[in-house]
Amino acid sequence: MKFNREINCDLLLVAGSAGSLEVILMLLEKLESIVIPIVIVLHRKDDNDNLLIELLSGRTNCVVKEAEDKESIAAATIYVCPPDYHLLIENDRSFSLDSSERINFSRPSIDLTFETAAETYRSKLAAILLSGANADGAAGLVKIKSYGGYVVVQDPATAISAFMPKHALDVVEADDIIPAAELYLFVNSICGGKPFPL
Amino acid sequence: MNSPEFTDEELNRLVINLEDWYGYNFSNYARASFKRRVSRILAIDKLKGIDELSSRLKQDGRYVQRFIEEITVNVTEMYRDPSFYKTIRDEILPALSPKPFIRIWHAGCSTGEEVYSMAIMLKEMNLLHRSMIYATDISAKVLASAKEGRFPLQQMKLFSENYLKAGGRQDFSSYYSANYGYAKFDESLKKNILFASHNLVSDGSFNEFQLLFCRNVLIYFDRELQNKVLSLFDASIEQLGFLALGSREHIKFSGIANRYTQWNEKERIWRKRNSD
Ligand SMILES: C[S@@+](CC[C@H](N)C(=O)[O-])C[C@H]1O[C@@H](n2cnc3c(N)ncnc32)[C@H](O)[C@@H]1O
Repeated sequence: MKFNREINCDLLLVAGSAGSLEVILMLLEKLESIVIPIVIVLHRKDDNDNLLIELLSGRTNCVVKEAEDKESIAAATIYVCPPDYHLLIENDRSFSLDSSERINFSRPSIDLTFETAAETYRSKLAAILLSGANADGAAGLVKIKSYGGYVVVQDPATAISAFMPKHALDVVEADDIIPAAELYLFVNSICGGKPFPL
Repeated sequence: MNSPEFTDEELNRLVINLEDWYGYNFSNYARASFKRRVSRILAIDKLKGIDELSSRLKQDGRYVQRFIEEITVNVTEMYRDPSFYKTIRDEILPALSPKPFIRIWHAGCSTGEEVYSMAIMLKEMNLLHRSMIYATDISAKVLASAKEGRFPLQQMKLFSENYLKAGGRQDFSSYYSANYGYAKFDESLKKNILFASHNLVSDGSFNEFQLLFCRNVLIYFDRELQNKVLSLFDASIEQLGFLALGSREHIKFSGIANRYTQWNEKERIWRKRNSD
């Protein structure tokens, strides 16, 4: 996997809405061992707490767990945002949950996680925005980019719902636009703790 | 929402000023969300920056009430997390019912949906007449609306669905009368409820309870303040009494953890052990 510019991150955010679960499952299946933590923010309808964690754990050997309030973000872990809470990143690289109003009709709000992560991790952050049918995530990517973070958008041509990635590409210049089936290559290279080929 | 930017130092200064001027201490609120709430109030009150907010607060003692209203997150609903209420109904209340008198504290009750949910369950179990419910919050505005017991009618669909999922068997609409787009809950439910202002940061323990609810409040605090408030709760819960937190809140990192046993794996309900 070649990168369009140098990238050196401490956290990877992966977020999406309608049509993104399939992409995440595909990605996890091909995930090698990771060093850099990954935070997944998904809009979902079911509130059935552990179902998603179980589903995701079944696809990878990496540790998958729900992000807990005030938990410190540890290496080599995949965190999943709980349903119906916003997930905020604190200055000391820990999580806070928040049950405030929906933003863009969404709770969790992808923008909120992206923006608070950008304020904390600054340039040492990468984010992937996946398939979805609403506008959430775009403003967050703009913020990440403004702090020098690395922004990836799923190629809308490969998205079940193209609206979200398309809308994001309208407002932010992505560092990479990657087809669904190749996203794992990107994630393996940046989370594996190996030197990055440029 | 476009609002003026401010630095962490400016935010710290605001927090210090608020404590100096009015005794409200927000220094241990979880920063990420507190900062967003401050941005939000700058935007909705069209303030030019954090300095203008500060001087407004300094000059106008009444504005501090509005600040509290807007800085706190008041989102709530009746029978939020129905399976939690089902456990309260099927398991916790029966464990308490042999008591001659049941004292319940809802700390951070917001607009009262949680409190009316409990009053209805107590009534159905024929326990309401020998219960005393204390419902407290830091915000005077939400307390006033809790006291009224009046909620937008359009929410009743969700609330009655939740009520049924939580094991309710009556006709939910028999508990309120609909008027001008609002559902006004029955006065008789309120008879044993006391609404009062209480700040978990600065006010102390005021009674001993058999059942204490504090749901979705601790997530807005940092770990230090969470610990402090949990100790306050510990001092306010009788032996064999219960502590009920929000669905993503925990006592495991606190100093009180070893005195409590989690009721079951799923719900965030703990029972205080007998100390002898
Ligand atoms: C999200 S609401 C929770 C309502 C309800 N318990 C529930 O779970 O649906 C949080 C409430 O905590 C209150 N609160 C925040 N800080 C507080 C403090 N220091 N003391 C008492 N209440 C506080 C807020 O005013 C708000 O009404």
